[in-house]
Amino acid sequence: MATTAVGHAPTGYAPHGHAPKTGLWSWITTVDHKRIGILYGATAFLFFLIGGLEALLVRIQLMRPDNTFLSPETYNQMFTMHGTTMIFLAVMPLSATFFNFFIPILIGARDVAFPRLNAFSYWVFLLGGLFLMASIPLGLMPDQGWFGYANLTSNQYSPGLNVEFWNLGLQILGISSLAAAVNFFTTVINMRAPGMKMLRMPIFVWMSFITQVLLLLSFPVITVALIMLMFDRLFGTHFFVPASGGDPLMWQHLFWIFGHPEVYILILPSFGIISEILPVFSRKPLFGYAAMVFSGIFIAFLGFGVWSHHMFATGMGPIADTFFALGTMLIAIPTGVKIFNWIGTMAGGSLQFKTPLYFAIGFVAMFIIGGLSGVMHAVAPHDLQQTDTYFVVAHFHYVLFGGSIFALTAGAYYWWPKMFGRMLDEGLGKVHFWLMLVSFNLTFFPMHLVGLLGMPRRTYTYPAGLGFEIYNQMETIGALLLGLSQLIFLYNMIKTWRKPADAPADPWNGATLEWAIPSPPQEWNFNEIPVVHSRDPLWEAKRERGGPLPEPAKVSGAGIHLPNPSFWPLMAAIGVTAIFTALLLIEKFHAVGIIVAVAFFLFSVFKWAFEPAG
Amino acid sequence: MPFETPTLRRLARVGGLACLLALVVALAGCSPDQYPQSALHPRGDFARMVDGLFHQVLFWATVVFVLVEGALIYVIFRYRGKPDDPEPEQTHGNTTLEIVWTMVPAIILAMIAVPTVKAIFVENSVPTNNPLTVQVIGHQWWWEFRYPEYGITTANELHIPVGRTVSLRMGTSDVVHSFWTPQLAGKRDVFPNRETRLWFTAEAPGYYRGQCAEFCGIQHAKMAFHIVADSPEQFDAYVKSMQATGTLTATGAPRPAPAPAGTPVKLQGGAVVKTGLGGPTPTPAGPAPQAAPAAPADTTKPAAPTDPVLVAGNKLFLSKGCVGCHALTAVNVPAGMVGPNLAHIGTRRHIAAGMIENTDANLAHWIRVPQEVKKGVLMPNLGLTEQEAQQLVAYFRALAKQ
Repeated sequence: MATTAVGHAPTGYAPHGHAPKTGLWSWITTVDHKRIGILYGATAFLFFLIGGLEALLVRIQLMRPDNTFLSPETYNQMFTMHGTTMIFLAVMPLSATFFNFFIPILIGARDVAFPRLNAFSYWVFLLGGLFLMASIPLGLMPDQGWFGYANLTSNQYSPGLNVEFWNLGLQILGISSLAAAVNFFTTVINMRAPGMKMLRMPIFVWMSFITQVLLLLSFPVITVALIMLMFDRLFGTHFFVPASGGDPLMWQHLFWIFGHPEVYILILPSFGIISEILPVFSRKPLFGYAAMVFSGIFIAFLGFGVWSHHMFATGMGPIADTFFALGTMLIAIPTGVKIFNWIGTMAGGSLQFKTPLYFAIGFVAMFIIGGLSGVMHAVAPHDLQQTDTYFVVAHFHYVLFGGSIFALTAGAYYWWPKMFGRMLDEGLGKVHFWLMLVSFNLTFFPMHLVGLLGMPRRTYTYPAGLGFEIYNQMETIGALLLGLSQLIFLYNMIKTWRKPADAPADPWNGATLEWAIPSPPQEWNFNEIPVVHSRDPLWEAKRERGGPLPEPAKVSGAGIHLPNPSFWPLMAAIGVTAIFTALLLIEKFHAVGIIVAVAFFLFSVFKWAFEPAG
Repeated sequence: MPFETPTLRRLARVGGLACLLALVVALAGCSPDQYPQSALHPRGDFARMVDGLFHQVLFWATVVFVLVEGALIYVIFRYRGKPDDPEPEQTHGNTTLEIVWTMVPAIILAMIAVPTVKAIFVENSVPTNNPLTVQVIGHQWWWEFRYPEYGITTANELHIPVGRTVSLRMGTSDVVHSFWTPQLAGKRDVFPNRETRLWFTAEAPGYYRGQCAEFCGIQHAKMAFHIVADSPEQFDAYVKSMQATGTLTATGAPRPAPAPAGTPVKLQGGAVVKTGLGGPTPTPAGPAPQAAPAAPADTTKPAAPTDPVLVAGNKLFLSKGCVGCHALTAVNVPAGMVGPNLAHIGTRRHIAAGMIENTDANLAHWIRVPQEVKKGVLMPNLGLTEQEAQQLVAYFRALAKQ
């Protein structure tokens, strides 16, 4: 592993080098964090496009009052799937793309702490996503909202398998997230290169690390809630059934104790990406590094104490309302610190207007708006007018699309040459940016207004005469253009794919370790484990040398210890999915299905455990 | 690229700001008639209080928006660099500056927090100024309103007197809903196993639209209602006319000698329930727990209706199953009736839970094919002919005139 590998620089004495691996089998059995990262990215982008299509169907339905483009059932399925897809199958795994590919490199490691567990996380994510998507051809898409409020989810009010697809699908995805969180947490704690002290880690690693802590603490809560719901639905318990003494309100608390940290799980990695990009394109270190780290920790900590601001309308009483209102307002302070520090990073710099910087600035500009509407929600008495209206839809799209998606796109343009050895097209990138910025605002800004004018969320239609029409038309046109902007991005990727892989190792004058190694990196990342002396190790090296570093040569990598490929992670992931499929079909196969699936899972784990790791 | 010019970019950003300010202010200035469900056009004390709070927050948000986006734009233009520019000064931070921009937001937030907390306590208070208590019960997908003080029940159209505080005590017969009339008050969820409360006072007579705001199943979008704020005199008249529906017989026919106005007359509510034609049997049967003391009623011999419209409509109402779920009287309606109360349905301005104008054609269509109008509602398509539906409409209209 990384630290023990120091001093094992390639000397040529080993019997063989590492030939580049190709072919489908090499991808199925890969345990290379970079390949797993690319798998995450490709899968998540596909799900992102599916989630976007779902959103477009929703928007077309709402373009006119009393529209009949979608039936009420289909509409409810579409908004449920849109939310579920975007959160669990798009934004989270798109962040995971960068965790996988860059956390080990940024801390000077050769892989994650548990490479096979990493492969397992990916396969479980893929199969969990497919499990959810299987509901589409079956016409059994979840239709109770991504938040699945009890007691609408009880057998009495939602008799179909729709809720099972959602409940069991989220449980599968939760396993993937938890396994990945354990892995990255351990990687960051244990695998840092010599000299990479915690307070020298790149901010992206810091924010990702905090994200793993949030995952580890919040996913067990939703898992427990989902299992309780599963027991209610499949085995006749009454956790959320009021007629038998259960409490639907308890679901809301459990859901949001997970759900609010989840918001920061979605945005903190993006904070990290922006904090990497702005310094590089300002040619100046991050302003207030320590403040950035501690404000991230503070946000995460407070994030566990504000869940009930999603529930002001439940009538919790003045003390609880006050607590959650003030807690929510407090979060604005560390968030403000971050925004000011980003602007401070650019101030006094020499801004290089490349596509990643466009998206990063777009992120800051949009996130400010999302942050301000967030403070408005904290004003609990007026939140009673905002909650469950389009005002809230506007708010969280400003932080999740204007925030996360802008940042993840910035990250894609920034790190693409490192991941694939090819630079994305700058001209197309800027067209992509401007179209996305304008259409994003056209789509989501009017939602503030139509929400305040009284349009509730999750309604498949609205009558004429409430003054909603013009705003909905603007939103739908904006959404279609927003979809087009993503197609431009897709076209850019395809166009770039056809170019020769000739990107230099350090195209942006980067500050961090990933730019010291070839583009794309070789399987072992570093020929020699680097020794780190500062927060911007590459800038330091270039300054010492008085100019750019020489292009790193590709070497054979002979003698470098690498983990063996394995297909048991995939088998174990199939086992996990089989268990939940058996639960889905419990009416048909009863306990037999579960026993078979568990046996297969245990067999795979057994084979995994006794397979030589390399 | 042409759209990269600084001027355009500045315009775009300034445009965003103009949107935020101008639109909200402009919208608030527009006629409320254009926006009958708007939180920006308060017509009740609760809504006005939170709207005032919103304007304070909006003011500060606008200030912060202008300053921060302004700083961002300034920095973008001021520090635009070229690839061969010398390396800028490598600063790592500025403690004073960082303390300042931590403290300033904290102070602004404190200024928002104080009125927020005050309003939280006002909003959560229990009204003591002789409020009119109304029991609100959410149903998939309509609203039931009961007035314990007057012993009457209605659905989807809540009449209240202007100037008298209304105290809502709310629950649901099935899943979680949320009661929301933006012009009068914020929303409050309703639960099957706990009572939630909400109060407000209408400032002006009006017809205020509200709607369920918590996703509650397939027809969540069509679970609206209206609050009719009447002058005190109009409200008294409304209550009396609703109480007068207690003089209907179980079969919906008027009694020959109505009881004195204002005296609720006990109807054979049980008769409505026991008939149970074509619909699920509601439980529990029996008088509403909050029923006002009812005068002894003459339940002996209902006179046969003579008006042919009433006769025909009454026959259909009994034979086609309507009576199994709906009551035509507002008085002493048992709790747990499956369908919305139909007392004075003929005079309501909207039907199908606030969704459709109450025209003869709409009402007939709704009665005939409810599953087409609002798929998933409990009421099945009963197989009524066009003519039968029209007869029922005529019947409801005639009853409303009684």
